Amino acid sequence: MALNLAFAAVMASLLSAAVSLGAHRRIAVLRALAFPLLGLAGATAAVAGLITLSSGAVFTDTLPIGLPWLHWQVRLDPLSALFLIIIGIVTFAVALFGPGYLREYEHGDHPLVQLGVFTGLFITGMLLVVLADDAFMFMIAWEVMSLSSYFLVVFHHEQAANRRAGFLYLLMAHVGGLMILLGYGVLATFGDGFAFASMRVAELSPLWASVAFALGFIGFGMKAGLVPLHAWLPEAHPVAPSHISALMSGVMLKVAVYGFIRMSLDLIGDVHWGWGVTALLVGSVSALLGVLYALQQNDLKRLLAYSSIENIGVIFIGLGLAMVFMGSGHPKLGVMALVAALFHAFNHALFKSLLFLGAGAVIQRSHEQNLERMGGLLTRLPYTGVFFLVGVISISSLPPFNGFASEWLIFQAALQAGTLDNGVLRILIPFTAAMLALTGALVVVCFVKAYGIAFLGQPRSRRVRHARQVTWGMRSAQGLLAVACLLAGVLPTTVVNLILQIPTQLLGTGLPSVTAHGWLWLTPVSPEVASYSAPLVLLGLLLAWFLAWQLLHPRGPRSIRRGDPWDCGFGPLSSRMQYTGTAFAQPLRRIFAPVWKVEERIERQTEADGLRVIRLSHQQQIIDHSWAALYEPIGRWVMLVARRVTRLQQGNIRIYLAYSFFTLLLLLWLIS
Amino acid sequence: MADIMTWTGWLLALLQTTLFVACAPLLAIWIKRNKCFWQNRRAPRYVQPYRDLIKLFRKQVVLAENASPLFRMAPYIVFAATIVAAATVPLVATELPTTAIADMLVLIGFLALARFFLALAGMDIGTAFGGMGASREVSLASLAEPALLMVVFTIAMSVQSTNLSNAMTHLLESGLVLRPSLLFALLGLLLVAVAETGRVPVDNPATHLELTMLHEAMILEYSGRHLALMEWAAQLKLMIFGVLIANIFFPWGIATEFTAAALATGLAAVAVKLALLGAILAIAETALAKMRLFQVPQFLNLAFLLALLGALTHIILEAGT
Repeated sequence: MALNLAFAAVMASLLSAAVSLGAHRRIAVLRALAFPLLGLAGATAAVAGLITLSSGAVFTDTLPIGLPWLHWQVRLDPLSALFLIIIGIVTFAVALFGPGYLREYEHGDHPLVQLGVFTGLFITGMLLVVLADDAFMFMIAWEVMSLSSYFLVVFHHEQAANRRAGFLYLLMAHVGGLMILLGYGVLATFGDGFAFASMRVAELSPLWASVAFALGFIGFGMKAGLVPLHAWLPEAHPVAPSHISALMSGVMLKVAVYGFIRMSLDLIGDVHWGWGVTALLVGSVSALLGVLYALQQNDLKRLLAYSSIENIGVIFIGLGLAMVFMGSGHPKLGVMALVAALFHAFNHALFKSLLFLGAGAVIQRSHEQNLERMGGLLTRLPYTGVFFLVGVISISSLPPFNGFASEWLIFQAALQAGTLDNGVLRILIPFTAAMLALTGALVVVCFVKAYGIAFLGQPRSRRVRHARQVTWGMRSAQGLLAVACLLAGVLPTTVVNLILQIPTQLLGTGLPSVTAHGWLWLTPVSPEVASYSAPLVLLGLLLAWFLAWQLLHPRGPRSIRRGDPWDCGFGPLSSRMQYTGTAFAQPLRRIFAPVWKVEERIERQTEADGLRVIRLSHQQQIIDHSWAALYEPIGRWVMLVARRVTRLQQGNIRIYLAYSFFTLLLLLWLIS
Repeated sequence: MADIMTWTGWLLALLQTTLFVACAPLLAIWIKRNKCFWQNRRAPRYVQPYRDLIKLFRKQVVLAENASPLFRMAPYIVFAATIVAAATVPLVATELPTTAIADMLVLIGFLALARFFLALAGMDIGTAFGGMGASREVSLASLAEPALLMVVFTIAMSVQSTNLSNAMTHLLESGLVLRPSLLFALLGLLLVAVAETGRVPVDNPATHLELTMLHEAMILEYSGRHLALMEWAAQLKLMIFGVLIANIFFPWGIATEFTAAALATGLAAVAVKLALLGAILAIAETALAKMRLFQVPQFLNLAFLLALLGALTHIILEAGT
């Protein structure tokens, strides 16, 4: 039943891709057929996932396609189910959002065929990745996902920067894919076959297990955007159309997390605590650097892209903790950290998609992507403004929304470090928790900046001043995700109970105490150690608000007078007097100065007497250190090697014949 | 946990929260009177902050032309979040049901929620002051919050619970053992409290000079009842930090059972502790000058390092004992 629904989802998204072939500049086809089919795919995928997750069952099947000796093996277990739900919900929201959003391209010269076909294929690829039960099918689905998203990244290919971003994405996706393939290669060698079932039972020596883990970590980490392998992410995410950015950032990164969990916890099995330490450290660095870079961005979508790096870091901190606890003989605590990480992955999918869709609405209506030219959008796009605020509160992990619940669980897991025997780990884990705390606090700064500059204050450009509401479909897509954020935040016990099926099936260990006191209380370790009741928190907040309102709000005709704001007696306030995003982030730019490579240029033009300033311009560019430290050296090295290799190319047929002769000789010698 | 879910418990929790909210202006005026004493000024009377609040509540609100609905909602959200934060802190008695709803981490979350809306409200009108205040406030808070969490970690690891009431009971039962980790945590918390509540040397609550202000810059555009709510929330926050310091590190006297005598003792004890703490703060504020904005990060780094040192001391010296 659940598996058939999942197949139906795959078929619906494939069909959506096929239907889009007729959509050459005809948005009607996309609106009437392709997007409804995507919505259907999303809904069925989510239902299939929910059925599997609530029952905790495992469904398997073999498809009669693939290689003659290796048919595609399909498996739907609770771990796949959670990610099916993630893909499903976001796809459904995107299907609602898409038709209205594409109006912008209705009269442009972009052929919509490309967008429709590759969106369908992209979602098909992601669905197949989480359903795959052999390395062969997994890699094919993975490539479908990577390649189709490449075409979506370069949708606006007339701009050179987008082609560059697309190339970088393609390159890194394939280096990552190669690593994953090698990782599966190691597992297949020991497990005697490409099927996941035979890899699961393989007996690996600790060394080879670590090699497979390292390959998987690099490969999936590259796709997920871990620092320093993240360079493609802030380039590629912002240039795609916004609903695609939501899919890439909200869902595709989660598929990489899925792959990592599948490989390290399920296929390799015996977890070594050292792997956990690696994940923990890389995760912490990603989280901190991700948010610090996000903070300095003035391009709204780039800011969101860097923030995804931060959230992936947080997820890997949770996974790292899980591995540390599992590897040192505390499976219960490991399960708790794993649940926290999965919960955060789910939450990030919800709120990051919400934020990207909100950014899409803003960009469509104002044609501005730069925060410094926005302002006052809350009164112009009230729905988007409110939903974006929900996303911002959730991502800043403030109670009672969903981001808080999952970070609270991660903190609770980190606080159990005292039970470990290893002294170094006991010190390391609180320290990473402190990094996480710093990250969390910086996220608040980052999103106060993003929301305050874009949605509050006065409009900074004419187009923003005249921005109008978006369509109902676009609003309802955002509303759906916003409600999901609130629900997951207020009912964390329900979500955690569902997620608990995953470790129960995967590792055979559950966590009885987590909701032992009913759905109202979340008690991960025991009620004496920590408890959190999100519904009561919400109730308390509403009650306090209601009381304050009732008691202190005087009723009278003249209780509010409108007037001019305080302008220091300096004449009317203009939008140019507002704090800008650059100014807002300046204190932290100064405090954390070594983190960025800042290129700043100030041009000052004065009158001949040198006293009066006529023009003043300020330009600032924030450059990622990883470019200078990692990518440029690799690039130079590749060029150098390539130049050496070209010496082989002489243009003389006799020398080429000699090459062939010696190669044949070598091969003959090898065989004999 | 089940035994505290009684009607008496909830009633006491409600009473305690009311007391908390009602007494917050009293603590503020007590500190101000002490400061006046040390600075040889004539002090306002004890009823002055209440009069100010009542005056503000009666006044008409003047709202900027371009204020959005968020600007009008923010004072209520800030006030509500701070009240709920106060509700989770045991003032007179421990073992109240409200402490089970939210632990120390959630308490920090509430304060962050209040600050989030405070900062957004500061940016809403679009004046330079509001943006400046919001930027400075969240930037400094982003350094103060990790330090605060580190303090919480240190406490939570030594009492093996993030539940405030359990922590207090545990420390009360274990008696006064001189624990270096808790000493470091206390020092860290003192520094964080000064920064978070906007006191000298980080911010000056009595100033309206644009170069120095953080909190005041954000609420400059507020008037009438909105301003009253913001001011009250700030006083409440000061009280929360005061009670945290007083009741976690010096938990003596706090009621652990719901008898009249125990509750009376608890009330008297917390009053004496807060009075002492306020007096010390007044002396410190008189003796110190406000520091430059970009020296505050060093101040907060010190707080973080102290808290981290506390955690490390606990792990190295005290764990397992």
